Amino acid sequence: RRRRWWWKLQLQHCLSLTGDRRTGLHMADTGLLESLLRLLEKVDGGTDSQDVAADLGVDHQVIVGAVKSLQALGEVISTEQKSSKHWELTGEGREIAEQGSHEARVFNAIPDEGLPQNELMKMPSGKVGFSKAMSNKWIRLDKAHEGGPRVFKTVETIEDTVRDKLQLVQKGQSAKLEDKEKNELKKRKLLSEVTVKSYWITKGSSFSTTITKQETELTPEMIASGSWKEKNFKPYNFEAMGVAPDCGHLHPLMKVRTQFRQIFLEMGFTEMPTNNFIESSFWNFDSLFQPQQHPARDQHDTFFISDPALAHEFPQDYMERVKKVHSEGGYGSQGYKYDWKIEEAQKNLLRTHTTAVSARMLYKLAQQKFTPVKYFSIDRVFRNETLDATHLAEFHQIEGVVADYGLTLGNLMGVLHQFFTKLGITKLRFKPAYNPYTEPSMEVFSYHEGLKKWVEVGNSGVFRPEMLLPMGLPEGVSVIAWGLSLERPTMIKYGINNIRELVGHKVNLQMVYDSPICRLDS
Amino acid sequence: MPTVSVKRDLLFEALGQKYTDEEFDELCFEFGLELDEITSEKDIISREQGDEKAEGASDVVLYKIDVPANRYDLLCLEGLVRGLQVFKEKLEAPRYKRVSPADGGEPQRLVITDETASVRPHAVAAVLHDVTFTQERYESFIELQEKLHQNICRKRTLVAIGTHDLDTISGPFTYTAKPPGDIRFKPLNQSKEYTATELMSLYKTDGHLRHYLHIIENEPLYPIIYDSNGIVLSMPPIINGDHRKISLNTKNIFIECTATDLTKAKTTLDMVVTMFSEYCEEPFTVEEAEVVYPDGRLCVYPELAYRTETLSGDFINKRVGINESAESIAQLLTRMCLRSEVSGEGDLIQVEIPPTRADVIHACDIMEDAAIAYGFNNIVRSTPRTYTVANQLPLNKLTELLRQDLAAAGFTEALTFALCSEEDIADKLRKNIAETRAVHISNPKTAEFQVARTCLLPGLLKTLAANRKMPLPLKLFEISDVVLKDETKDVGARNNRRLCAVYYNKSPGFEVIHGLLDRVMQLLDVKPDRNQGYHIQAAEDSTFFPGRCAEIFSCGKSIGHLGVLHPDVISRFELTMPCSAIDIDIEPFL
Repeated sequence: RRRRWWWKLQLQHCLSLTGDRRTGLHMADTGLLESLLRLLEKVDGGTDSQDVAADLGVDHQVIVGAVKSLQALGEVISTEQKSSKHWELTGEGREIAEQGSHEARVFNAIPDEGLPQNELMKMPSGKVGFSKAMSNKWIRLDKAHEGGPRVFKTVETIEDTVRDKLQLVQKGQSAKLEDKEKNELKKRKLLSEVTVKSYWITKGSSFSTTITKQETELTPEMIASGSWKEKNFKPYNFEAMGVAPDCGHLHPLMKVRTQFRQIFLEMGFTEMPTNNFIESSFWNFDSLFQPQQHPARDQHDTFFISDPALAHEFPQDYMERVKKVHSEGGYGSQGYKYDWKIEEAQKNLLRTHTTAVSARMLYKLAQQKFTPVKYFSIDRVFRNETLDATHLAEFHQIEGVVADYGLTLGNLMGVLHQFFTKLGITKLRFKPAYNPYTEPSMEVFSYHEGLKKWVEVGNSGVFRPEMLLPMGLPEGVSVIAWGLSLERPTMIKYGINNIRELVGHKVNLQMVYDSPICRLDS
Repeated sequence: MPTVSVKRDLLFEALGQKYTDEEFDELCFEFGLELDEITSEKDIISREQGDEKAEGASDVVLYKIDVPANRYDLLCLEGLVRGLQVFKEKLEAPRYKRVSPADGGEPQRLVITDETASVRPHAVAAVLHDVTFTQERYESFIELQEKLHQNICRKRTLVAIGTHDLDTISGPFTYTAKPPGDIRFKPLNQSKEYTATELMSLYKTDGHLRHYLHIIENEPLYPIIYDSNGIVLSMPPIINGDHRKISLNTKNIFIECTATDLTKAKTTLDMVVTMFSEYCEEPFTVEEAEVVYPDGRLCVYPELAYRTETLSGDFINKRVGINESAESIAQLLTRMCLRSEVSGEGDLIQVEIPPTRADVIHACDIMEDAAIAYGFNNIVRSTPRTYTVANQLPLNKLTELLRQDLAAAGFTEALTFALCSEEDIADKLRKNIAETRAVHISNPKTAEFQVARTCLLPGLLKTLAANRKMPLPLKLFEISDVVLKDETKDVGARNNRRLCAVYYNKSPGFEVIHGLLDRVMQLLDVKPDRNQGYHIQAAEDSTFFPGRCAEIFSCGKSIGHLGVLHPDVISRFELTMPCSAIDIDIEPFL
């Protein structure tokens, strides 16, 4: 998880609050810090924080705290973390070091005339002390004594070795004990072995034995008074992340759309009005010379509309020419020689390509005195297809169209080369393909450096005369066109494998927040 | 795009040359094919059914080759080899000839009766004489019919092919149509006779045939072909009779194609006979058959028509962008199975289109073949001189500008589907579907695609629901098209560009959404003013919480609503926090 800058500030704030509440301690600390620094000044090569604790006669944890405070001051000291093992008394061990072992306490509790066993057992150390003292042969039990079993001392004095050993450890002289002894005490849960983290402390680059208080931030008052010149400022932690700005974000697919739009505009292409998702079969298929039995016109591939089911107005004489070129041919064509039906052309659908709009635009163009045009569009199209990780029922089609006298296949390749160069793709090759409304048709492949192979990046072609001439475009005019999807380059650009994470309501908003700006050529 | 699967070694043997996979892939690319996959039967079975099932299956290497959808002449090994050999100039394209019966007898005859008119009115036929099959040739013959059925025949709706061992039947044949109860025969690979009615229910569970039943299922009369002894040849487009099925040993084949589209029937028949006449005693000859129509008209098939087109070398050069002599162009075209020669008049070239190239219907198809043979990637790439000035679509220009500033205002852009369920735009928003002006889809595969959206709100609410784990508040917007019925348009519907935004947090934040409206209006340079600018006014809308909804007016015209969503709307979209929303039409600001 990303750490944020404001968390750090908040943390500092909390710390200073705690500091304020412990003012007394803090003051004492300054003295301690300076004692530590003076100590450090005297030694060559540095010292261990544990030794400092021993020298100054304070708990090691206090020294650790002092070291941390000094670290925050910058380069006063430099430190290195070390860890060492040492023996320490447990709670029970400390009690014994103070008050003597259970067995010694039992022994000391017994007067010369002895003590009834049941009374002895009521002592806090009774049970353990009794059995230990028994096995040490310090005491004896007279079971037959009148008035119940009674315990008597058997020796005059005892030596409490357990306590002695524990006191040695307490004084930090555990080295004087043998391992066997230490392990025995550990078994009795009187000793434990602990790992101690300590610091090896040496002088820092700005070592000094006096402490100057550091400021956290520059304030307006400091600027006004100029006091900042004398102040020492706490260093920043540049490892932390900054505070995320409070902002909105554009969707990555739309960012890529903006770039493609920009490319077309740079190349002098005019945007087509593609804001008509509902289209008639006539403009979507028939006008493109796509026969009425073509598989794309199947229910399995195209979404048809039940309400409003049919389109009504068509340019009558144009429609007659379309009908004729399909069923009988003309304009140099054999036609498809089938029974063309207006009922089929009337069927409304969700457009399967933006080429339906190109057809409308070219028809419109043909109704005026011809001037060359370059058109583009980027908008939604719909297919009633099987959905998977890379295919949805709707996607964005990018389309470019150029209409002029005498355009050649070489021109189409040249325009494609310019277009793809703007996307950072320079290695192109073309494969003959089939499209019902273009001839020649070419699939565009680019060399993918990562995959080390040629991958298809688009489709292109020259519109068929059977499409253009019935519209009324002049004989010598060629129209070249190409298309690709917006989603695929976006998925590649942003490293997205499942299209649902990109398009639609299942989008991962974190991905939207985090996505970089879109530069297609880098 | 159809995929043809051929055995690699068989292919190389027929090509008379071995290729590496890369070399063959390259050849395919140049010719407009695609070597889609290199596999084996064993691989395919193990991938589809697991390794165990694949044990013992053949591991002969198979090439799966994608063929352009209009090149029916490349749908079998025979056609592929012929096409590639001619392309590599190792073979001259054969000339296909229709001949009279070899024994000098009468041609086979197929008589069509009136009854077929209502169901499947067309039929064509031909005979392959003295064919020599091998196992591979036989399999390829069956496979080609299947490929043709799936492609040009449009899953047998337009054309259905029947092939029969001519030596087991006797003509003339009758193509008629009868009530299904009156048809009774033993179908292919069955052991007893069935009526057509029984067959239709028998094949309901047949993984392959059930897809074709719908073509005639509801017809009062079913098409049927008999021989002169009343033996059933086939019940098109469903099944052949069993008695006459062809086998490895068949020498003479009677081929009939019944159809609803005569042009496609002729093309289909031409494809079958041109591909397999290669194995006739006299290669590339096909024996004619006569078809008699109900009106007495007699036609002879197969047509095997050659057509000649004349075009100029200049036309090809200018369209492709090359500069080749007419002779060289003629040579290029000949390599594409379009036998061509220079006519001697200027740079005119005479191009002969064979019956195998039904895809060539215009000079532009010939021009493409010249370009393919020249090599697409040998053509010099040049920039057209077309001078134009670019214009943005004003609506998209406005959208682009607004999107930027909405993001700057702290809202994140969503991108939701244009299609959704009726429930999304009606019930879930507490609206009646009849009042939505929604466009309805007739063939959705799931409820997600029942209608085109009439507002952007459901998509944004679904986006919120899918991102409930994100830190609050969530602020989303979308500027996109909805679709509304509109009788003034030729298609009866139009798009409408709308701006929608939602604010989702522990408190409804009406003031946030209201503030966004003020900002949008500021961006559009519309001042708060009841007459000349914009204002909001309390309104009732079932999607919003009562008393927490206002209608937005600009220059006195209603452009949308804003408010706090109704709690039922919130829970129907599986949300738990209060939410406020704004939805406006941006087209008035163009």
